[in-house]
Amino acid sequence: MLGRLTWDAIPFNEPLPLLSGAVVGLVILAILVTVTVKGWWPYLWREWLTSVDHKRIGVMYVALGLVMLLRGFSDAIMMRTQQAIAIGSAQGYLPPEHYDQVFSAHGVIMIFFVAMPLVIGLMNFAVPLQLGVRDVAFPVLNSVSLWLTATGALLVNLSLVIGNFARTSWWNYPPLSELAFSPDVGVDYYLWSVQISGIGTLLTGINFVTTILKLRAPGMTYFRMPVFCWTALATNLLIVAAFPVLTATFMMLLLDRYLGMHFFTNDAGGNQMMYVNLFWAWGHPEVYILVLPAFGIFSEVVATFSGKGLFSYRSMVWATLGICILSFMVWLHHFFTMGAGANVNAFFGIMSSIIAVPTGVKVFNWLFTMFRGRIVFRTPMLFAVGFIVTFVTGGLTGVLLAVPPVDFVVHNSAFLVAHFHHVIIGGVVFGALAGINYWFPKAFGFTLDERFGHASFWCWLIGFYLAFMPLYQLGLMGMTRRLQHIPDPSWRPLLLVAEVGAIVIFCGILCQVAQLYVSIRTREQRRDLTGDPWNGRTLEWSTSSPPPAYNFAVLPKVETIDAFWQMKRKGLAPVKPAYEAIEMPRNSPAGFITAFFATVMGFSLIWQIWWLAILNFLAAAIVVLIAGWSIEREEEISAAEVAQMEQAR
Amino acid sequence: MTIATTLDRPLIGVPTELARGRGGGGPAPKRIVVAYGFWIFILSDMIMFSALFAAYAVLSGNTAGGPTGAELFNLRNVFIETMCLLLSSYTCGIGALSAERGEPARFLIFAVFTFVLGAAFLFIEGTEFARMVQMGAGPSRSAFLSSFFTLVGTHGVHVASGLVALVYLVAQARAYGLQPAVLRRLLCWSLFWHALDIVWVGVFTLVYLMGGH
Repeated sequence: MLGRLTWDAIPFNEPLPLLSGAVVGLVILAILVTVTVKGWWPYLWREWLTSVDHKRIGVMYVALGLVMLLRGFSDAIMMRTQQAIAIGSAQGYLPPEHYDQVFSAHGVIMIFFVAMPLVIGLMNFAVPLQLGVRDVAFPVLNSVSLWLTATGALLVNLSLVIGNFARTSWWNYPPLSELAFSPDVGVDYYLWSVQISGIGTLLTGINFVTTILKLRAPGMTYFRMPVFCWTALATNLLIVAAFPVLTATFMMLLLDRYLGMHFFTNDAGGNQMMYVNLFWAWGHPEVYILVLPAFGIFSEVVATFSGKGLFSYRSMVWATLGICILSFMVWLHHFFTMGAGANVNAFFGIMSSIIAVPTGVKVFNWLFTMFRGRIVFRTPMLFAVGFIVTFVTGGLTGVLLAVPPVDFVVHNSAFLVAHFHHVIIGGVVFGALAGINYWFPKAFGFTLDERFGHASFWCWLIGFYLAFMPLYQLGLMGMTRRLQHIPDPSWRPLLLVAEVGAIVIFCGILCQVAQLYVSIRTREQRRDLTGDPWNGRTLEWSTSSPPPAYNFAVLPKVETIDAFWQMKRKGLAPVKPAYEAIEMPRNSPAGFITAFFATVMGFSLIWQIWWLAILNFLAAAIVVLIAGWSIEREEEISAAEVAQMEQAR
Repeated sequence: MTIATTLDRPLIGVPTELARGRGGGGPAPKRIVVAYGFWIFILSDMIMFSALFAAYAVLSGNTAGGPTGAELFNLRNVFIETMCLLLSSYTCGIGALSAERGEPARFLIFAVFTFVLGAAFLFIEGTEFARMVQMGAGPSRSAFLSSFFTLVGTHGVHVASGLVALVYLVAQARAYGLQPAVLRRLLCWSLFWHALDIVWVGVFTLVYLMGGH
């Protein structure tokens, strides 16, 4: 009846996950009770859960990413603490069985449920506004994407209290991840949560490629698009081209595990290295899926806070597209030690080094944009400057790793851990935090507190260097990654420094929570009445903060890059435009309900409750069919209503 | 309605910003947006298939002492199967043209043809699969057979969902008439169906012709 699910699935004998699960459960319960008592359900349902407005969806993505950041970070600080104390004869507080789950969950959560939602959320919020249009190409699909991503996040968190998570690291390499060596539900939790959220991500990719290529304000030719839109285009092209590979790969592994097939098994002709190749054929583009939008955010931030147009816009665009293409030709550098031979390794080593060239072009463009600019050091700009310094050095260690002989020495060591945290924290996380500080006033109509913003930046920057510079050295000293126990006591001082760094980053996160709290408390004094708090250059700043549901009462006419800057220089037209009726997509519960059924389906597939899985698959399919039946998905806002809303601004 | 009239004009050789698709004309009409998005979806689907093709290419020799393709494949049946699917693409094309011209009766007839041919394809594929499983050559026999069943089976699942979608869209066409929203969906559906044909040409060549003897 309930498949593999029994009371044994709940880890009564392990206090740590049970306790944290209980805390999370209590928090969720408290939120639910508050919402019910205050009678907020109708509002939440109408304005958020069923919303197909790209701005709302963007905000919800970012919220999901930030909540999951707390989860992923608590995993991180648990690992740091374990490594700082489990040295020599001490065994620490995390047994290997548990520690392995922690580092696997940390990687999966940080990549799929923190970095991706943050990046996709910011694209959702800003891209249609920057393009000067009213929504994305497929608004209902957008809501489906969001909720499927949330499904994945929910499943990962369920594994904390029901069953366990994968102990196979975030790569999930076979044969360890095969049924023979991982017979319990951990790997299934990983595969189904990523599989379901991956479908959501793929739909996002399709949606945004179509939006950027087919829906732009009149006059916005390709070379008048803001750079963030270009990087979003490149990212979504990469999603469309890379995520199907991941879907196919995980499908093969699932078939191995569920139907006894032999894609990656030890026996009957399976080939494990095929998994590794396919995984990284997705995995390397994924790195650029994450970092290209961050490059776009920094381009906007640097130009805005330097009071200058971006230096060499065209070379920025070509560098973006160059990285987009090159990112598919370097995947083998993740496993030079596979033994593909010197020539293959040489090819991929050279390609990996070449990718530093367009990245270097970008760095010089940012520097020349700042050169002789009137730089204003608001929080987003601090992150941008911190990013340039950090990313350049992190990229250089990447060039080191791209040299196969060096890679053979430091492969799978703490050096590598330091390298990719260097570029992902310095690039993606700083980018997302800059983007949140930059677009927050646009989303909510008031600015974020600067003091706490600055404090969080310094904590993140200093904490990052303290936490990861020692790992470079430890890697060179011979420390491999994923150690639950440290055999060599001479590594202790450096590990303690790394622990201190993690605590400093934690202070940075606390500062952000405080920043949010203080800003909301004092929002009346920090209202953004102009819609343009930073003296911005692109179209999102030309509408009110927060923008109306339809974004622009009249679609802007674009004549140059930095369209809004040009409008301001020419003098904003005070004439009252002739308002017309606007067609907007109707709210739809389809995304939320589909994701509900997908969640139960994923859960029952993990526990092999077949009848429930089939039932929920059918239910989800029926919801899709019902949602697809309607012909009229738009409702009209009349010209009079538009005029009224515009006057109220 | 403006959508249909825009498309009725020949787009090639018209030097408007809209025709060049570079955004000078503002947001594109809905029909273009929907079909374009669907093209991108098909592209992603092709990439998923290419991963399965790659897996098949890597594993096709790994029979683990079990039967090879030459011993298993019945090329006569596969040929009939292939003809069914290719012919269904033809009837699908005529059906789509009839729908565009606003001829619901003709559209319905060709939709039925398409459905029957697609179902025949699935039936033959199903019996082939059943025969192989009965012979002890199921997907868990060897890596070769795992990749064979997954590649061909994934295509089969696509065809099956295409048939469900066809019934659904015919029902919509009956309920709403051949109006723009329905025509957009039919356009997407026929793109999907032709794309499945292209994938099958790959399967037929790589799996059956190259592995069948």
